Amino acid sequence: MSQTPMMTERATVQPQLREVPAVRMEAVYKHYGDFTALNEIDLKVAKGEKIVVCGPSGSGKSTLIRCINHIEKHDEGLIYVNGVELDYQRKNIDAVRRDTGMVFQSFNLFPHMTVLENCTLAPMTANGMSEAEAEDLAMHFLTKVRIPDQAEKYPGQLSGGQQQRVAIARALCMRPKIMLFDEPTSALDPEMVKEVLETMKKLAEEGMTMLCVTHEMGFAREVADRIVFMNEGKVVEQAAPEEFFKHPKSERARTFLDQIIH
Amino acid sequence: MSHFSLTAAVNYFFNYFLMKGVLVTIGLTVAAVVGGLILGMGIALLRMSSNPVLAGAARLYIWFFRGTPLLIQLVVIYSGLPQLGIKFSVITCALVGLILNEAAYLAEIVRSGFMAVSAGQREAAWALSLSPWVTFRRVTLPQAFRLMIPPLGNSINSLLKATSLASVISVEELMRRSDMLMQEHFQILEVYAAATAYYLILTSVWDAVQRRLEKHFGRSSVAKSRKVATAAPVTRASAEARA
Ligand SMILES: Nc1ncnc2c1ncn2[C@@H]1O[C@H](COP(=O)(O)OP(=O)(O)O)[C@@H](O)[C@H]1O
Ligand SMILES: [Mg+2]
Repeated sequence: MSQTPMMTERATVQPQLREVPAVRMEAVYKHYGDFTALNEIDLKVAKGEKIVVCGPSGSGKSTLIRCINHIEKHDEGLIYVNGVELDYQRKNIDAVRRDTGMVFQSFNLFPHMTVLENCTLAPMTANGMSEAEAEDLAMHFLTKVRIPDQAEKYPGQLSGGQQQRVAIARALCMRPKIMLFDEPTSALDPEMVKEVLETMKKLAEEGMTMLCVTHEMGFAREVADRIVFMNEGKVVEQAAPEEFFKHPKSERARTFLDQIIH
Repeated sequence: MSHFSLTAAVNYFFNYFLMKGVLVTIGLTVAAVVGGLILGMGIALLRMSSNPVLAGAARLYIWFFRGTPLLIQLVVIYSGLPQLGIKFSVITCALVGLILNEAAYLAEIVRSGFMAVSAGQREAAWALSLSPWVTFRRVTLPQAFRLMIPPLGNSINSLLKATSLASVISVEELMRRSDMLMQEHFQILEVYAAATAYYLILTSVWDAVQRRLEKHFGRSSVAKSRKVATAAPVTRASAEARA
């Protein structure tokens, strides 16, 4: 008698556990004064899923992904990251930030530290790793982004593409489960875009959950499981890449695609 | 005595009594810088706080001490406060005045240094789950400090010379002791030539220190320009020396 209820309980709990999405947003709003930057956002991202967020400038793409690691505070609605609710509790925010890595348009490397120090700072201070361990870890990821030979240089001595790859390595050193990219190639000279996109593709192939704000439609076609199109703070359309590019449902998405493809 | 005696000037330069005055000048400067930096950082933090009352109080402080002459501040502390029953020793009065005054200037320098560090640096630190302390100590402070060095250097240069105002409230620093020697021997040019030489030496030494600090902290080049950055190649050894 004591065994049966436990069995049924386990049976019902387990499938739910498996379904915990990487990111779940429910009716999320974000205001800047009178301006509504995010307007009732509902979004679910499954583990391992690759999402490309696109839309015109000012449509709220950056705000959306910055709310996911609480760099921007949402005003209303619910955000769960790997089942942890971003409810303004310090420990939850910290847990979410540990699960997410972020790559910025302007790299935001620490200019006064070497590439290696950029990569070891968080593992050593936030994870209590020893210097030797942290350096091994950093070299592992710097090798992965193919710049191990630049480890002793300062960010200012590297090209934009190299800096962005360091930024990716630095984020990976915290072993995040979700990677957030905010226009990672927009500040780069055209010849450097490819090396950064290649690095991101490699990450995608390894099963990383990714949310990328980008206008690189080739990357979107090749890597994305889903395109999220935003306009005026709303998610206007969500579709698989082929469908989105061939048959955009909204007029706004059609004009947007016309503008960026031509 | 219608000529300038170089020998007398040189003698005053090596005068033990005057040299001790130089030490007092150095001591006043160092104490005022240290005290001013600590107080100034506190005021800068208040000034940057989102609490309007605290920020307003800090602004009022800065406005007051930057808007009135140091000389009046010193005289009020030395001669005015005893009227209210508040009495300090001469040297304490000088230190309190110099620190209160210097803090107002340094607070603005500290604040502008921190404001010049881009928001992206803090955001990157948050995204990496760095604690607020590590973010401050390892990310914002070193970058802000680098930007603060030039104005900080200028402020300290001014302070070094401003300590001469303490002579008015009878602190026996370089200026006061020059006055005393002058009144004793009436060799005005000779005495002040020696004092001038000391001030020049002190400010020049400080200039050299400041240049070295700028070079040391500027090496890692916050500069966006790659030309500037690659002009200063960095070795493992120098990277370790900094740590
Ligand atoms: N800190 C802020 N204060 C006021 N308005 C902001 C702020 N950040 C963003 N906005 C506004 O919110 C809107 C959405 O911004 P953002 O998410 O950066 O757009 P996107 O990344 O799609 O270009 C823009 O109109 C922008 O002007
Ligand atoms: Mg943006």
